[in-house]
Amino acid sequence: MTQTNPTGTAHTPTADAAPVIDFDKFKPTRSYTAARKRKDIAMRALIILAFIVALIPLISVLWTTLVRGFRRLNWDFLGHNMTNVIGGNPTPSGGYGGILHAIIGTLEITLGAMLISIPIGVMCAVYLIEYAGGSKLARTIHLLVDVMSGIPSIVAGLFAYSMFAILVGPGTLNGFEGSVALSLLMIPTVVKTTEEMLKIVPNDLREASLALGVTKQRTITKVVLRTALSGIVSGSILAIARVIGETAPLLITAGYIVSTNANLFGGEMTTLPVYVYQEYSKYRANCPADAASGCVTTIPMERAWSAALVLIVIVLVLNLIGRIVAKVFAPKKK
Amino acid sequence: MHTNLARRAFAALCGVALAVAAAACGDNTDPSDRPVSNASSISGSFAGAGASSQQTAVEAWIAGYQKTNPDAKISYNPSGSGAGVVTFLTGATVWAGSDKPLDSAQVEESKQVCSGSTAFDVPVYISPIAIVFNLRGVSDAGKHINMDAATIAKVFNGKITRWNDPTLAKQNPDLDLPDLPITVVHRSDKSGTTLNLLEYLKATAGKDWPYQLSENWPNDVGQGAKGTSGVISTIDQANGTIGYADLSQVGDMGTVAVKVGDEYTEISADAASKAVADSKLDESVPGANRVVLDINHATTEPGAYPIVLVSYDIACPIYRDENTARFAKSWLGYITGKAGQDQAKNATGSAPLPENIAQYVRASIDAIEVK
Amino acid sequence: MSTASKPSASPAASSLTQPVNGQKADRVFRGVAYACGILILVTLAAVALFLLFRAWPLIGGDQQANSAVIENFTGGKAKSFWGYVGPLLFGTVLVAALALVLAFFVSIGIALFISHYAPKRLAAVLSYIVDILAAIPSVIYGLWGGLVLVPAIYPFWNWIAEYLGWIPLFAGPAANPPRTVATVALVLAIMILPIITSIARDIFLQTPKLLEEAALGLGATKWEMIKLSVLPFGKSGVISASMLGLGRALGETMAVLMILSPGLKYSFKLLQASQNQTIAANIAAQYPEADGIGVSVLIGTGLVLFVITFLVNLLARRITEKAGK
Repeated sequence: MTQTNPTGTAHTPTADAAPVIDFDKFKPTRSYTAARKRKDIAMRALIILAFIVALIPLISVLWTTLVRGFRRLNWDFLGHNMTNVIGGNPTPSGGYGGILHAIIGTLEITLGAMLISIPIGVMCAVYLIEYAGGSKLARTIHLLVDVMSGIPSIVAGLFAYSMFAILVGPGTLNGFEGSVALSLLMIPTVVKTTEEMLKIVPNDLREASLALGVTKQRTITKVVLRTALSGIVSGSILAIARVIGETAPLLITAGYIVSTNANLFGGEMTTLPVYVYQEYSKYRANCPADAASGCVTTIPMERAWSAALVLIVIVLVLNLIGRIVAKVFAPKKK
Repeated sequence: MHTNLARRAFAALCGVALAVAAAACGDNTDPSDRPVSNASSISGSFAGAGASSQQTAVEAWIAGYQKTNPDAKISYNPSGSGAGVVTFLTGATVWAGSDKPLDSAQVEESKQVCSGSTAFDVPVYISPIAIVFNLRGVSDAGKHINMDAATIAKVFNGKITRWNDPTLAKQNPDLDLPDLPITVVHRSDKSGTTLNLLEYLKATAGKDWPYQLSENWPNDVGQGAKGTSGVISTIDQANGTIGYADLSQVGDMGTVAVKVGDEYTEISADAASKAVADSKLDESVPGANRVVLDINHATTEPGAYPIVLVSYDIACPIYRDENTARFAKSWLGYITGKAGQDQAKNATGSAPLPENIAQYVRASIDAIEVK
Repeated sequence: MSTASKPSASPAASSLTQPVNGQKADRVFRGVAYACGILILVTLAAVALFLLFRAWPLIGGDQQANSAVIENFTGGKAKSFWGYVGPLLFGTVLVAALALVLAFFVSIGIALFISHYAPKRLAAVLSYIVDILAAIPSVIYGLWGGLVLVPAIYPFWNWIAEYLGWIPLFAGPAANPPRTVATVALVLAIMILPIITSIARDIFLQTPKLLEEAALGLGATKWEMIKLSVLPFGKSGVISASMLGLGRALGETMAVLMILSPGLKYSFKLLQASQNQTIAANIAAQYPEADGIGVSVLIGTGLVLFVITFLVNLLARRITEKAGK
């Protein structure tokens, strides 16, 4: 968005913050030049080093998950839930239980969060950009949206839990409660990306539409939102990718169940991150002394890593889709 | 364009709905071993919640129970003892699992959900608590360390800080104990396991254990870890660690043989059963039908292992709903019976209910009114 | 997408060319948009109110019962709510601040690398890699931190405790396994790194080319150019990015829960176990076994956390706003 004046005489307002360059600093004595060169090289090395340092954990996390997760990742794991999984014994199908129920739970809870937060988020952004202009209320809302994006996820969980405890009944746990908690985390992201996209939509379009006598509502839905659609979609997908890995709020709101529950509004639900945590919490399965040879004591951790791998794949694929949508369908800039 | 979009969205929604409907399966049932439901079997959806210590056992019980009652859908939320009892008292669950018996206020409160009668608790799950350690040269060689109660108390209280301490060396003449600091690992969350270990220490080594009983670890010695798994994984990670965990989680780690009477007893399910058999009922608790154990930690019975976690199930003698009452009676009857206790032993290494306790349990469960 | 179809309550209107009387739809639409804007305010207020309502027994309830519950929670180490939340708050801030210190310089380095050092094509890939780092769920960082990093990093902490032990922060002996504040801060630093990096990168890229070229034209080396034009230009953005990172670190739950050996002390001994605990992890840890007043106590601590993060984020936004003017 930064535009420089072609004549070079004036800067964008932000450039006022630039310092007055002190010309004395550049007196060229030879040792001084060499020292500056050395410093330049040192800083370059440091900066590259910083990047490499950051790569180490990333590679380690991905590699560990891949290697450890691959061992138990198969169709049986994806197609079964955790019912009738006893200790480290294999199930009748020859597997060791799976994550079908967690995948369904994740999809439904995230879908619920999506259905709540995308309409609200988009409409809020429409209000801020199209209607409110720079009013005081709009500025306050804008600020609070930013602040809201910093709400700790566990607080969102506590909020949903408290709300359902008060409105529905104490001890209520269901998938939708999880959706509410997640949407609290998702709305700010949706509002912010939509706002950014609406700002990019050229004013000419709005004016042209309004000049043709089209009502404001139809201008917004048919022209503005449509132009910004790809950005909103990709922003929403990235927001989903962000909340799909949330664990703490769902621990509090959605409960835990081993069988498949497809009802978002009744009964507890397991999601993938919660599944990972619960399997980690089991750590080790029991194999009685007379157990069959197929009994694996370390199976919970293997399941945890496999579920983690599935989760990472889902998140990365979502990220990729979001980026592709943003790139391919981006409104053509003039 | 617009209608097209809507249609496509609708199609996508249908696809998801279909996938969800088809996905209601995924249960791990044995196709060749399809259980036949008979007239007396229970059907319906039933929920329980409570102690996470019981989780693995309950999962095994559900699997076993559904062999004869395939139409009963049972869920158990390991939300913790406290939360489980609270949920039970709202009437949302059929039974609650709890690491500690009801208190008198809760017994009084239970009249609301139990149609005027008071809830009762029966022991269902007895898990031996192992003192586990990781010491290169000892635990990986499959050897046990002998300790008496006072030694255990001193280790967990930070009074014995090195593995080659004379107190330890004297009790373990056969072992070559290294000069290494002891890292104590304890639970950082509230836990029935902690409470039961502390009860043991308090009862047998009160002199060396000055703290009050609590479900939270009382001192600042060593490291805390969340859950049994946290304790076990922490111990796994470093040489010289010692902690405590349910037997089912111990695997091939080193365990401490505890001094009972004049001998050192290694941990086992049957040894734990023996200690429970040597315990008395706590008659002082208010309410009818309650089977609350007062574990005799100071038992001198040879071959008994005195550090055990007793977890209870809490249920009503009278349920408003007839079907629920029938389920509660048959479910509790199954899990406290031989088949259920064996199932749990296989899945978790728990100790079966000794017969002298089981008879009281049966009497209480028989008191559940079914027309 | 769902909003695109929402306002078309008048089914006849499906194309721009058809003349319709859209005044009613216009008003409804405007009303809905307005309501959604207000909803943000309502939601934030509701978060505070619901939490306050659930935490009310702490203030209005039986104080004796409260302190009994808190004593039970802490094994007798704290008796009052503030005695309980104080060390937790201290731990939360300590861990988050450390994570910020660790992440800050590395993030700035990466952001500069992407914006000014790396070749253009590489820069896009690198940005994506940093974003992947942000996308990995915290539970996986917890898993990795607890099972891979903790055993692997002990020699390093041990080395630090041995050679830098004279600094009170690094007082030894280093705990083994190192489930300590230092390790947790490291993991949190990795988690907030991408947040700071991506904002800093965006702001660095916005530095007016003119300023940069002016500096270079005067014979400045690349680093001098960055120091003279890029960094001052991006200062406020970097500060607010750091505050956002701090906010994120304050509220992080799973990684702390799965790694840290908690304690309730006002202690700076980073390499020793059982020193501090954070509010968020404490809630997740104690929640399963809490009942009645216990839940109220935890929600009360959650409210404190909410207020703190709210203030930090507000401050971050204020800084950006001021600088933007």
